[in-house]
Amino acid sequence: MKSSVTSATNLPKINRRRRLVKWETVIDHSVLILGSALMLFPVLLTIMTSSYDKLAFAKNGLQFGWSDKFIENYNKALFEPSGFSGTIDGMTMLSNSLILGLGFAVGKIVISMMAAYAIVYFRFRFATFSFWIIFTTLLLPLEVRILPSYEVIQSFGLTNTYTGLIVPLIASATGTFFFRQFFRSVPEELVEAARIDGAGPVKFFIDILVPLSKTMIAAMFIIMFVFGWNQYLWPTLITTEEGMFTLVRGIKNIIQSFTDSNAIPEYGVGMALTIITMLPPVLIVVFFQSWFVKGLTESDK
Amino acid sequence: MAHVSLKALEKIYPNGYHAVHGTDLEIQDGEFIVLVGPSGCGKSTLLRMIAGLEDITSGDLEIGDRWVNDLDPADRDIAMVFQNYALYPHMTVYNNMAYGLRNRKISKEDIDAAVRGAADMLNLNDYLDRRPSQLSGGQRQRVAMGRAIVREPALFLFDEPLSNLDAKLRNQMRIEIRNLQKKLGTTSVYVTHDQVEAMTMADRIVVLNAGQIEQIGTPAEIYHQPASVFVASFMGAPPMNMLEATLNGAGAIEVAGLGAIGALNSTPYSGPVKVGIRPEKVKLSNRQEGDNQPFIHEFTEELGAARLVHGRLGDMPFVVNLHQEDMIPEGALFASLPVETLHVFEADTGKRVAV
Ligand SMILES: Nc1ncnc2c1ncn2[C@@H]1O[C@H](COP(=O)(O)OP(=O)(O)O)[C@@H](O)[C@H]1O
Ligand SMILES: [Mg+2]
Repeated sequence: MKSSVTSATNLPKINRRRRLVKWETVIDHSVLILGSALMLFPVLLTIMTSSYDKLAFAKNGLQFGWSDKFIENYNKALFEPSGFSGTIDGMTMLSNSLILGLGFAVGKIVISMMAAYAIVYFRFRFATFSFWIIFTTLLLPLEVRILPSYEVIQSFGLTNTYTGLIVPLIASATGTFFFRQFFRSVPEELVEAARIDGAGPVKFFIDILVPLSKTMIAAMFIIMFVFGWNQYLWPTLITTEEGMFTLVRGIKNIIQSFTDSNAIPEYGVGMALTIITMLPPVLIVVFFQSWFVKGLTESDK
Repeated sequence: MAHVSLKALEKIYPNGYHAVHGTDLEIQDGEFIVLVGPSGCGKSTLLRMIAGLEDITSGDLEIGDRWVNDLDPADRDIAMVFQNYALYPHMTVYNNMAYGLRNRKISKEDIDAAVRGAADMLNLNDYLDRRPSQLSGGQRQRVAMGRAIVREPALFLFDEPLSNLDAKLRNQMRIEIRNLQKKLGTTSVYVTHDQVEAMTMADRIVVLNAGQIEQIGTPAEIYHQPASVFVASFMGAPPMNMLEATLNGAGAIEVAGLGAIGALNSTPYSGPVKVGIRPEKVKLSNRQEGDNQPFIHEFTEELGAARLVHGRLGDMPFVVNLHQEDMIPEGALFASLPVETLHVFEADTGKRVAV
């Protein structure tokens, strides 16, 4: 009886001593925590500063601490019309950004899936050639072809429209490439089984290929949504009416009060708007994270 | 149910490879035909031409009195079972079986009846809501069978459906498939490279070699009267022993390095031949007697029911399938080759010599 008690009290002691020696774990975690802190610190500063009024920033710069203007600043950022015309509020920009991000992601996925489908499953002449042509457009990102693109959109009268904002961006070599690789890994027999089961090309695409590509689509969606959300150059060029501004493009305008050039910019509201701009991509990544990893690492076959 | 007729079917792939040479084959209604041959001999190509998955370069294909050369696979009234099952991974077992019927605009009630009927037959009732990834290999193969059955096609096509299964399951599924086919009475063409499957399942076997039919016959005919050296050595495990020999006009067989081993009753053929004998037809003894020949013993494989004694006869490799329990393959050994069990083939063409 006694011996069992002593051994029971001895065991944890030994364990504790052993655990203390695991310096590798401590070092690993310190490095990780330090890294995360370093990355999160600017964000934290922004959040904190967004709780001060504009004077605090103008006098003392970024703030480390909390003040009482938090709700007010966010309220202003989202709902108070401002800007040059005084008609645009944060909500409008948020919805513009969402439309751009969603349209961009969905458009890219649809277009690249269909392109990859044609390239992989239809034995038309120059299929490989077409693919490489598409692939070489990787060498021509928007920044390179921005003037001709603008010319085209402008001549169609599509400036300040969602169409003009989204369509020129959705052709995607990367997307086509990923879907092509994925489709090529789908077993040939599946296509043949479907043919025998009486599924034509459209049915096969919708009933079999699209569901099989689910995780792939999710992964592409995240990447493309964030990419679209963060577009700056193209929206700046294409949208001149403030009603069409996206968040990324609009932050700068909203903190500057054009009506009175002597006034101090609304720094607190600007910080709040920055945080609001960061949130949707973060939420999407958090939400779809497991799908994202799945889509890139395992194939559901 | 339908008879199938292949007339001078040819397949030349776009890259110029001639995979199937003028193939003629008449398949009776309800017959179970096995296409067998070494890998790369064109079995799958031929089957896929029947299915409509490969274009027919020339020749005619009829399924139940219809000329189907130009029909889509879906319109040929066939069903196919693939080696890797080819189940739709994102659909349940039920939907896998129902998919083909839905595409044919069959009513929900009829689909349900067909799927449940097939599931009953294949013991899949408990798995209808599962995904293929949640099934074992044997169950997946059953689902693939179910998908073929529900359609009640005129013709079943199987492309090595059992080669992904382990040996035990393979034996079990082999019997199951054959019983099912007998019950349904559906004409079937079954491709395999496994001669055991071919022998045990087929009504008639078609032996293919390099895109050409070597022989068509019942399993017994193929085994006991192989039409060529190829068929003789391909069918049977261990394969038939082959000895280089000459036949003189009178029917006497002279084996290179051994001398005369006997005489055939009557054959007008003379010249160089290959003489074959199945390992189980050879008799071993420890004493030299009659026409038997000295056998150089190398090693023995114990199979339990029998022993495979490997060695040489003259300078040619030779295997004896020894059933005699009391015979211990040691010391001086002599093999006797009963003349009535010999197969004689022309040395240059490999064709069987009528004896
Ligand atoms: N799409 C193709 N293009 C060119 N040659 C092919 C094609 N498919 C198969 N072959 C060739 O045709 C021959 C027969 O193939 P196959 O019918 O698959 O043989 P198996 O008897 O093993 O099923 C092989 O030599 C193969 O390399
Ligand atoms: Mg094959």
